[in-house]
Amino acid sequence: MHALTFAFGGLGSAPFPPEVQEHLAGLDRQSQSGNASANRAVDTEKPVLELSGVSLSFGGVVALTDIDLSLRRGEILAIIGPNGAGKSSIINIISGVYRPNRGRVRLAGRDYVQVPTQALARHGVARTFQNLALFKGLSVLDNVVAGRAYKTRSSFIEQIVGIGRARTEQLDARRRARDILDFLHLSYVGDRLAGTLPYGLQKRVELARALVAEPDILLLDEPMAGMTVTEKNEMAGFVRAARDTLGTTVVLIEHDIGVVMGLSDRVAVLDYGRKIADGTPDEVQTNQRVIDAYLGVAPENEDEEGI
Amino acid sequence: MSVITSDLPHYHFPAKWALPLVLLSIAYVGVPIFGSSYLFEAILLPFLALSLASVGLNILTGYAGQVSLGSAAFMAVGAFAAFNFNLRVDGLPLIASIVLAGFAAAAIGLVFGLPSLRLKGFYLAVSTLAAQFFVQWALTKFSWFSNDSASGVIDAPALSVAGFVFEGPVGRYYFALSVVSVLTFLAYRLVSSQTGRNFIAVRDNETAARIIGVPVLKTKLLAFAVSSFIIGVAGVLWAFAYLRTVEPAGFNLDRSFQILFIVIIGGLASIRGAFFGAALIVVFPLLLSRLGSFLLGDVFDSGVLDMSQRIVMGVLIILFLILEPDGLVALWDRVRRRIGSAVRRT
Repeated sequence: MHALTFAFGGLGSAPFPPEVQEHLAGLDRQSQSGNASANRAVDTEKPVLELSGVSLSFGGVVALTDIDLSLRRGEILAIIGPNGAGKSSIINIISGVYRPNRGRVRLAGRDYVQVPTQALARHGVARTFQNLALFKGLSVLDNVVAGRAYKTRSSFIEQIVGIGRARTEQLDARRRARDILDFLHLSYVGDRLAGTLPYGLQKRVELARALVAEPDILLLDEPMAGMTVTEKNEMAGFVRAARDTLGTTVVLIEHDIGVVMGLSDRVAVLDYGRKIADGTPDEVQTNQRVIDAYLGVAPENEDEEGI
Repeated sequence: MSVITSDLPHYHFPAKWALPLVLLSIAYVGVPIFGSSYLFEAILLPFLALSLASVGLNILTGYAGQVSLGSAAFMAVGAFAAFNFNLRVDGLPLIASIVLAGFAAAAIGLVFGLPSLRLKGFYLAVSTLAAQFFVQWALTKFSWFSNDSASGVIDAPALSVAGFVFEGPVGRYYFALSVVSVLTFLAYRLVSSQTGRNFIAVRDNETAARIIGVPVLKTKLLAFAVSSFIIGVAGVLWAFAYLRTVEPAGFNLDRSFQILFIVIIGGLASIRGAFFGAALIVVFPLLLSRLGSFLLGDVFDSGVLDMSQRIVMGVLIILFLILEPDGLVALWDRVRRRIGSAVRRT
């Protein structure tokens, strides 16, 4: 937690009082994405999500050791680290897919040992998956409409009859799904089956399905893996725009350091299941432990006693 | 997967409902004028009952992705429940008996659907076999179900609705056709609703479905209940309209497999597919026997015929699974697109 408060002091990007931030969040997203860095809506209130002392192991393999992490409203936090460092495990713990061996997750004002997955959407958390997890048999539009499933109150009988609140819910979900598809430039594939789209587009549909739920917290597990540079930049633009217009807090796992440094407010670095750094992109980039983890540590006597 | 078209009813109305309406009017007006009683008794009545059962199983297996080998058991529950409601509750209209029979089948389906909360795929299929064997055993063991009839075979009551009796092959055909039409329409409405999307979401990715807030357990059990309801009513049609008798032997494992094959051959997750598949399964053996006796005459006795039917059917199913895993519906759509584009080109 010391690293956190330190990082917070160094952020220096919350210059606006809350009411101004609200005003900015309501502005047109076009103008927002242009000068996003100028009004990053990082809040000073209590963290929206907190992991404390979380440890996880699979059999004898330790995935995470004593992880503390906290998220402030409206920030983009990137989690980076070498393969197998435990990045995805963190997201899986936050979304209740894994149960940590020790530690707690504080979400929506409650402490959980294991976050109840089925209540996740109602708690305002949405996520995407490292390996695509779209509903292949549904059209792109229906995939996104399905993202509103947690809002459904009508029974299946009302839905068969199709009047009253079942109809309202259906129309509302479709309208929102269309808006999101427009926003992510996906409208032209709305009628296609999700499974037939190229990889990059499927990733974007997953983002659409997560965004349509209007989450407070968005967990993105390698949203740009396998994308071209152009697609990555586009995706980064969407993530930033989502944060700026909806005020969503974003947790992002990404390997492309260039994207991470440009997009995130804060970076947490994992290595062998431990958090070795947590701070602004600039701080992390100059952190010796991070450099060591990424480039490897040279043995000290290498130069003196060469072959 | 015509789910998309349902969001703009005004614009799509003519195109979407034209074909079903034409087919329905042919079925209601054209067929009874030209059809022989053989056509109704041997082809159309079993076709309608099996189609409806396949619509039911398709909701469970095609849409919600839960494999079941207990369909015939739920048909039996429906048939025997309708018989007993009709027999033991004085003055209960036949339609009410049928609806109650559907609910009885849904209740049994719900119970045997409970393992689906823990089991998947083959393991679930094996656990639904329990339904198949248990129901058949219970119906044979406790003669109360068949009103203590010595042979276990009982006559089905007349099909009367509000004083009007559906008699003869054509009458029973009208009765079955009406029931199938109504339930198919409701099933179509269901699969194109949020609940239908939930079914597919659970089938395609259970974890993702749970995370976006689909109540997975409830959805699975609902699929079992709705599916069993429809299959139960199909069982009533099978016994009351087609066979005119109610007996456990007709609802054996073979029937369950038959319905599963109809669903697979017709096309998983397609309401139309159930009808395509049922047509093939019902008509094909008849065609084959006609063809066999025509070509080979006396050489072909009934034993050989039966064997050859099974062999050809088996080969056909294998070919289908290899060449067209999406079933007859996909084949049909492709042919239609080809014809469509050919017409546009000229």
